[in-house]
Amino acid sequence: MNFWYDPKKRAILFQIVILAMTAIFVGTLFYNTQENLESQNIATGFGFLKQEAGFGISETMIDYRSSDTYWRALKVGFLNTLKVGMIGNFLALALGIIVGIMRLSPNWMLSKISQNFIEVVRNIPLLLQLLFWYSLFTEVLPQVKEALNPFYGVFISQRGVNYPILLDHSIWPWVKASFVFGIIFFFFISRRIRLKREQTGQLIKRWPYALVLIVLLPLAVWLIGGAPWSWQFPTLGRFNFEGGAEVTPEFLALMVGLIIYTAAFNAEIVRAGILSVSKGQWEAASSLGLNYFQSLRFIILPQSFRVAIPPLTSQILNLIKNSSLAVAIGFPDFVAVANTTMNQTGQAIEGVLLIMMVYLFFSLLSSLFMNLYHKRISLQSHS
Amino acid sequence: MEEEIMKSKAPFENTAIWMKKNLFSTPVNTAISLIVICLLISFLGPFIQWLVFDSVGLGTAQDCREASGACLVFIKEKFDFIIFGFYPRTELWRPISSMILFLSFIWWSKEPKRWNKRLLWRWLKLILLIALLMRGGLFGIAPVSLDKWGGLPLTLLLSFFGLLFSYPIGILLALARRGNLPLIKIMSITYIELIRGVPMISLLFMASVMFPLFLPEGITFPKLLRAQIAIIMFMSAYMAEVVRGGLMAIDKGQYEAADALGLNYWQKQIKIILPQALKIVIPPTVNTSIGMFKDTSLVVIIALSDLLMTTKTALKDPKWLGFSVEAYLFVGLIYFVFCYSMSRYSNRLEREFSYGAHS
Repeated sequence: MNFWYDPKKRAILFQIVILAMTAIFVGTLFYNTQENLESQNIATGFGFLKQEAGFGISETMIDYRSSDTYWRALKVGFLNTLKVGMIGNFLALALGIIVGIMRLSPNWMLSKISQNFIEVVRNIPLLLQLLFWYSLFTEVLPQVKEALNPFYGVFISQRGVNYPILLDHSIWPWVKASFVFGIIFFFFISRRIRLKREQTGQLIKRWPYALVLIVLLPLAVWLIGGAPWSWQFPTLGRFNFEGGAEVTPEFLALMVGLIIYTAAFNAEIVRAGILSVSKGQWEAASSLGLNYFQSLRFIILPQSFRVAIPPLTSQILNLIKNSSLAVAIGFPDFVAVANTTMNQTGQAIEGVLLIMMVYLFFSLLSSLFMNLYHKRISLQSHS
Repeated sequence: MEEEIMKSKAPFENTAIWMKKNLFSTPVNTAISLIVICLLISFLGPFIQWLVFDSVGLGTAQDCREASGACLVFIKEKFDFIIFGFYPRTELWRPISSMILFLSFIWWSKEPKRWNKRLLWRWLKLILLIALLMRGGLFGIAPVSLDKWGGLPLTLLLSFFGLLFSYPIGILLALARRGNLPLIKIMSITYIELIRGVPMISLLFMASVMFPLFLPEGITFPKLLRAQIAIIMFMSAYMAEVVRGGLMAIDKGQYEAADALGLNYWQKQIKIILPQALKIVIPPTVNTSIGMFKDTSLVVIIALSDLLMTTKTALKDPKWLGFSVEAYLFVGLIYFVFCYSMSRYSNRLEREFSYGAHS
């Protein structure tokens, strides 16, 4: 009798019961799955990854042929998702900050336009928007033969955007390397300058260093290498453009849709962040003689990001998760490749597990980075 | 003071003052206003031309192809199919009256003063009535099988039942996460974070390809039900986080007071904590519901005929190829009307409840 009147023991019993029920539930599912797989002759395990994929992928960042393995195909999809996530988030943040600031602009028209933009975009499903953009790019744009030609060598048609690229030359890798080196070195120098300014109050201009390291250094390398300047232009072939490089309408539609959708949410977050900064900060900034944009740039935005970073993090994750809708418009992201793999091999469980693992990896990675950043910019002490 | 001055002047002068203040206050502002006006004219002009002046409201697909404007005939022609899917043409009065009943009842019960137990009973009766109307098979109404349901009724159905089930499950998950039973807490956290970490598509894939494997041989679920389960699983994790926000906002004193009254755990939660916590989070709950309403469109990917899928199917009709932009704008408008009114409603509730809140 005593047992039932002890809340601690009761709690333990309750937990054991729930755990046992869950275990039985999962166990039954597992058992059923085993039975079903056996009766359907589907092998389990990840052995299929080494088999030949046998399907083509329209857009790849690494070499891929249909004779490659499933593993390689999934890697292609993974890299495509990574590319979409990085470019998309960068642009969605930039656009979101612009629209968010416009929303609070003293200019009535600007603020109304961004308000309507935000309302319309946020209240329509992303999938519908993606399909809309895709149909716009593949139906409304002219056919290949009558492609638009806004700049010399750039063609826009139903098959996407074709643009010229520089021909290969042995010096280009060195130019790229010196460019990257310049950026890294400039980063260190500006850090030194900032430290010095904080210690001595001495104001040193940063842009000459930027000019030398990021522009002149690669330029010098390029000149030393003989200044190669031959372009490969896209030319109209029999069915499509040949030569040059292209952006497919699938990629374009996915990017435009994701960026606009996420930017609308980011804009609301940025707006809330700016509004959270107290009015005194604006007044202090203008009494220091800063104009509207200077106050925003140096006083308001840095403080508003403290509030905005956590919700922005979840938007960054949302964009990556939403990029899985690429499967609906035929862009080969990870989910699309995994889906094809599942259909071909019948390895549904492994496929879904892989998808979940990849997205969990992305989630953990971005929240790790954003947490580090948030820690760096958050107030060190509350006075 | 300023408003009084505004009132005393002629109406046209008011406009001028307002424009001076809001559009042309500084040179920079004037420049921005002019640029924005130019951009608006150059974008909206052709769009209105396309949608209104050049559009084709009568005729055939051929007339549409020859004209340069929007093909409104397509929308007219496919309206029934886009909205109701494969539901038998002769029985359309049933989904129509169901939807009218459903929407007017939502309208009726949106006032917070009507929220009580009787409302729940009325909802239950309404659901039964709608189920009878849609499904048929009784009282001489012809039966219509589940796979014939489609379009807007299906979208509303998926969202409604998604909300109905994910809300209580979300509350339980949130309570488990906030509680002090370690095993249960870990299980709840794992579930919530796992679901929130993956895209909804992966759950829908799971529903369409893995659920059949989970069940013993011979037992099958219709695809609609499987998708509904996936949506519920997905949304409960998000609902749980919303409810958790509310639970965290409750003052510790409320818990202590409940304990001091000698209430046990469930009495404490149901009578003291949850009524306050759920009220605080009504606006985010509505926002999450909007998200869910939009997310039901993802069932397209596993080929369920919701509103978006019927649109896509209508676009595949060889007689009417190439009018996607019109179709998507039309469906976008439908989604917008629903989501926007929900978000206005959420704003209204937020205002009303923040007046009532103490401190």
